[in-house]
Amino acid sequence: MNNQEKEPMFSANNLKLFTTPLSRGNPITVLVLGICSALAITVKLKPSLVMALSVTIVMAISNVVIAIMRKYIPERIRIIVQLVVIATLVILVDQFLKAFAFDVSKQLSVFVGLIITNCIIMGRLEAFALANKPWPSFIDGLGNGAGYGIILIIVGFFREFLGSGTIMDYPVMEKLGIYSIGYENNGMMILPPMALIVVGIIIWFQRSRDKSLVEKS
Amino acid sequence: MENLLNIFIKSIFVDNMVFAFFLGMCSYLAVSKTVKTSIGLGIAVILVILITVPVNYLIENYILKKGALVWLGEGFAEVDLSFLTFIVFIAVIAAMVQLVEMVIEKFSPALYNSLGIFLPLIAVNCAILGASLFMQEREYQSIAEATAFGLGSGIGWMLAIVGISAIREKLRYSNVPDPLKGLGITFILTGLMAIAFMGFMGIKL
Repeated sequence: MNNQEKEPMFSANNLKLFTTPLSRGNPITVLVLGICSALAITVKLKPSLVMALSVTIVMAISNVVIAIMRKYIPERIRIIVQLVVIATLVILVDQFLKAFAFDVSKQLSVFVGLIITNCIIMGRLEAFALANKPWPSFIDGLGNGAGYGIILIIVGFFREFLGSGTIMDYPVMEKLGIYSIGYENNGMMILPPMALIVVGIIIWFQRSRDKSLVEKS
Repeated sequence: MENLLNIFIKSIFVDNMVFAFFLGMCSYLAVSKTVKTSIGLGIAVILVILITVPVNYLIENYILKKGALVWLGEGFAEVDLSFLTFIVFIAVIAAMVQLVEMVIEKFSPALYNSLGIFLPLIAVNCAILGASLFMQEREYQSIAEATAFGLGSGIGWMLAIVGISAIREKLRYSNVPDPLKGLGITFILTGLMAIAFMGFMGIKL
């Protein structure tokens, strides 16, 4: 182990671990992971932010925990071990939200619990943390959490802005005085189907910018 | 009886797992390339949901809920284990998936071979855990109501995945813009299907 060169903490390699999930390796739009619990809570920007933050925290910490234990986990029962680690962290997040942000916790309802079965977390544990050291795993968790969060925030922003005319509950449209010239909120944006269509449009936009992501059929 | 039927119909059409709550989207997107495999996965999901929701209902009402342990004695009336919900539910689901897998393997090898790879995947399907959590949140009054809800959501999920896979099979012959191919168009189609399903809103028997 000693002759192995020690990598600096913020090397180019580690930086790449953080930035790839933001664009080319985005968990939602490219890898198609973790959509389950993502879309239902993007009606408003605030719950989207809270959800993004919770997922990032759970993912970073569980990545580190699994990376530390990776040599001691028997191959056959690793899924259960991973689920237990994730579930414990999610319980902590849930209790924290209930104590300090009760109204947001009510809005998120069952979706906090569903972070457990969020495929990005399991996916990253399987694909990355089981084979890497704690520090790169931590960066990887943060990066993927951010990549997931950025999509949630974009979707949440557009749905709240076009659907309710507010941003973080601040009435932007009203302050701009657009209602007086006949503008109406698009009620469709608040309904569930539009979340899917907005994500579809984000994928369209991203893939038309970066042709290498286009699927060949 | 009418109440049960109402819950059943409502969980298939109005509160459809995929179209109203986006649950189980991961496998919904990944396995919906052909109708045949999606029927297999749909059946597996129905089986597992049908077992886990009533079991979790019993656990919730006789062990986890505040005051649920009263059958052990008066001293337990104040015990509240509800913070353990997530971990217990997920453990039950993982165990049930294993059990269902073994039972199917023993009694119907043909079904096992066709479902084979999907069964383990189901443990992390959000629709299963979601059904249990919704069952807890909506506080169904009896185990029959919980079962009706479980069966309905399972069938609703299968309906969605079989529908989208049929569309995707046909879609192979159409000229979709390159960047939208595959994932993008599937999202938009699901959105359109969800809009169609909104037509069922307010249905009541």
